[in-house]
Amino acid sequence: MFSLPVRAQNSSRTPFPAPDPNAPPLAQNQEKHIDGWYKEVPAPPKDQQAGPAPRRDLSGVWEPAGGWRDGVQFLGAKEYPSDGKPQHELPFTPLGEKTWKSHKPGFGTTEVPIALNNDPFDSCDPIGFPRIELFNLRAIQIVQNPKQVLIFYQNDRTFRSIWSDGRAFPSDDISEPRWYGYSTGKWEDDATFVVETTGLDERTWIDNVGRPHSSDLRVEERFHRVNHDIMEITLTINDPQMYTKPWNALNKFPMRLQPADFDLREMICSPSEQAQFDKELSRPAIADTKKK
Amino acid sequence: MNNRLWLGFLVMIAVSAVSVPLAAHHGNASYGHAKQITLKGTVTEWDWLSPHTLLKMDVKDDQGTVVNWIVEWSAPSSLINYGINKKTFKPGDEVTVVMITPDNGAPIGRIQRVMLANGTWLRG
Repeated sequence: MFSLPVRAQNSSRTPFPAPDPNAPPLAQNQEKHIDGWYKEVPAPPKDQQAGPAPRRDLSGVWEPAGGWRDGVQFLGAKEYPSDGKPQHELPFTPLGEKTWKSHKPGFGTTEVPIALNNDPFDSCDPIGFPRIELFNLRAIQIVQNPKQVLIFYQNDRTFRSIWSDGRAFPSDDISEPRWYGYSTGKWEDDATFVVETTGLDERTWIDNVGRPHSSDLRVEERFHRVNHDIMEITLTINDPQMYTKPWNALNKFPMRLQPADFDLREMICSPSEQAQFDKELSRPAIADTKKK
Repeated sequence: MNNRLWLGFLVMIAVSAVSVPLAAHHGNASYGHAKQITLKGTVTEWDWLSPHTLLKMDVKDDQGTVVNWIVEWSAPSSLINYGINKKTFKPGDEVTVVMITPDNGAPIGRIQRVMLANGTWLRG
């Protein structure tokens, strides 16, 4: 056994991204907004007036309205980044606090070097729900039919079925823990679709900094279509075992409708590629800590 | 300087101010004090991997010994937003890489930016 480098909870964390004070400015044309087929997506005109929201319809390809970086959330859930600020501390129960401390993420106030972390997504376990919306929320494609709303995610190239046919959740004796849980949804009004999700596998983390959940986790999502072009997502975590009260991980997070021919690019955590990365880079980066 | 040039200059500043590389599920904890160095080398391999890309290059030190460095960059899904793709580097390309390195002196790093042989800087 070797001792872990003590980096947690201190102020000397290496900043991310690391400072690069002498960097020349990026060329004006270097940043692009392109889809999976390398097709450039033009920015919407600044003065574009969005039309009204269609009735009970979320279908289409959506991306964070503020650009692809806006949904990355590398420091954890958008509304509660793990940055040491008091207003971002979560209302942990004693069990919640203990479970969070047992998680070793690659980011935030409790970060450890990548070779020492225990992030399930690091070995490319399924990212699961709700982390699929709280880390690297990139492009999503929503498809509807009379009985369900399907969400296809660029990240992890996965999907969820949200049943809107009025069904109840499966009973306790047949329900099994699922990476993406069981989801039901209903239209609260013509522009707001409210989704409840249960049955979530405890092995997943809520976000990129290891916020925990129990099998009692219940997640509410509110998809509110503000107008034709913009849809807001509000995501609420309710898990009395881990948190003393519900908290909003996303609060009216805006997504913008993309052109109908927008192709979702492939974004998959490959176990063999991750293993190569670990062997060639992550482990050598901390190799000397064994001698200390 | 005429107005058009000034406008171009201001746009460049504005673009650089918001260009922050983000993607990974790990920060810089592996890099300890994250010492920044600049190395010139010859590309031996460009691995377009997910979730992290790897650039490998031969670097000659003062004694003439060649060391193969392995440096990580962001995920493909992030780099493409900067016009960087799997064909951006090929073996034999001369590159200058600005990177942070771990405290243990291993020949690895995390790319901050790369200058191509034609003088173009790439950030991602």
